Amino acid sequence: MRAVREAVSSRVSDRFDVEKVRRDFPILRQKVHGKPLVYLDNAATAQKPQAVIDALSRYYSEINSNIHRGIHTLSEEATRAYEEARVKVKNFVNAAEEREIVFVRGTTEAINLVAQSYGRAFVKPGDEIILSAMEHHSNIVPWQILGEQMGARLRVLPINDEGELLIDELEGMLTGKTKLIAVAHVSNALCSVNPIRRVVQIAHRRGVPVLVDGAQGVPHMKVDVRSLDCDFYAFSAHKMYGPTGVGILYGKSHWLEKMPPYQGGGSMIRLVTFEKTHYNILPYKFEAGTPDIAGGIGLGAAIDYLNGIDFDGAAAYEQELLAYGTEALSAIPGLRLVGTAKDKASVLSFVLEGVHPHDIGTILDREGVAIRAGHHCAMPLMQRFGVPATARASLAFYNTREELDALGRAIRKVKEVFH
Amino acid sequence: MSELSELYQEVILDHNRKPRNFQKVAAANRTAEGFNPLCGDQITLYVRLEDGVIRDIGFQGSGCAISKASASLMTSAVKGKTKAEAEQLFEQFHRMVTKDDAPDAAELGKLAAFSGVREFPARVKCASLAWHTLHGALEGKDKPVTTE
Repeated sequence: MRAVREAVSSRVSDRFDVEKVRRDFPILRQKVHGKPLVYLDNAATAQKPQAVIDALSRYYSEINSNIHRGIHTLSEEATRAYEEARVKVKNFVNAAEEREIVFVRGTTEAINLVAQSYGRAFVKPGDEIILSAMEHHSNIVPWQILGEQMGARLRVLPINDEGELLIDELEGMLTGKTKLIAVAHVSNALCSVNPIRRVVQIAHRRGVPVLVDGAQGVPHMKVDVRSLDCDFYAFSAHKMYGPTGVGILYGKSHWLEKMPPYQGGGSMIRLVTFEKTHYNILPYKFEAGTPDIAGGIGLGAAIDYLNGIDFDGAAAYEQELLAYGTEALSAIPGLRLVGTAKDKASVLSFVLEGVHPHDIGTILDREGVAIRAGHHCAMPLMQRFGVPATARASLAFYNTREELDALGRAIRKVKEVFH
Repeated sequence: MSELSELYQEVILDHNRKPRNFQKVAAANRTAEGFNPLCGDQITLYVRLEDGVIRDIGFQGSGCAISKASASLMTSAVKGKTKAEAEQLFEQFHRMVTKDDAPDAAELGKLAAFSGVREFPARVKCASLAWHTLHGALEGKDKPVTTE
């Protein structure tokens, strides 16, 4: 293991300064049960750099006011800061226009928006929506609800034992009734990176739009929605080092234009009489009510932060951490990694012979190591792999090889307890 | 390590490895399913209740060591007891895993092994899933029991 460590450290040390980055995240200095916090639950939510925390605090202490309506100075400043965040998001994912960036509460709401707005307008009885076998519940249940409403049915693109999409089967599943493909960019439980560009090419040849659940994609790699050519891309601020409560739906404008509003209320209107309402232009048509203004501005600060640290370098560092962790965990007898796709983001999902993941999670916590244990909101996927649950260590660019060593030691402690 | 060894006592590890009454009860006249939706733990309980007495009881399902050992020890403890006695035991057990004023361990017998759960609030639901399910079975509820 030491040989691996030295080989890896010589490769990355000149590219990415993890110790410098760690200083930006105040929470990482915490101790848990008297041990230094080893935070490996980043796929659930990432920690926030000081710059994001400061942006939230600055908003509330200096410019708090409602947006898009006030004629006073604070409202203008808050509106400008909020709309600047939209521009930052647009540039970050390389969307063509700001009006293609819709702010919502999170990835879940973004998917529900498309299911209810696109779905109720374009899906007819007997139509089909294609999902993959590795989807999060938030990319299954909204389509089931739509299916029940419209009399449509779901079809599931299978995966292999490594956790890779059987992409060759997609072509044969597409019919004249297929109205949408909804697929994760990166699986939250397995962290397989799916070949979105190929999915989109196959779908577009048949005129079928593609929604990508990007909640786990954006935190790990530079995403370019125009290069992917997907029709919708949904993601959450809190998994990309921003605040909770804000999500983003990217949608190609020609689809968003054709879609009816998702919710009615303030901001999404241009003119209201009791007889008829004229809706606002994009993206406001989909943004009813006062949004999470502080959260949106905090998201902008998170993007500034990611742009400032060489995000590509961070992604490369994460890949090296993943390789190191994969090797370290594979050396533990009785441990089996679940999700071994060739193209994978930095998550180590595993099971330990004779020990339930919850018991692993409790014992690791006492060692200061925070992981997730459970079905990861992907119960159909757990069934596919024949396990009720897994333990999941999900890595971020502020994690270190030493922390993965601590994870390994803590797992050995689990084995001691359960001898 | 001390709180951990309080939680994972030898009797719990033993019942996790070799759960007792881990089978369907052929002549069961009460069954109930229990779920812990947060973690996916699942248990099916089979009870043969005659004249208000639990004549036979068994369970199947999957879950963590705490939930499995709890089901195993619970089924051993309530076999032969009346419905009222079982409910009273549940109450004592629940107080032990949630409150500091633990009841006399002697009354709980082997179930006292779960006293360490108190220090792990996230695991209280694991320890009590089987008991909630038993309550559902004895009440004859036809809806699945959840810990939420």
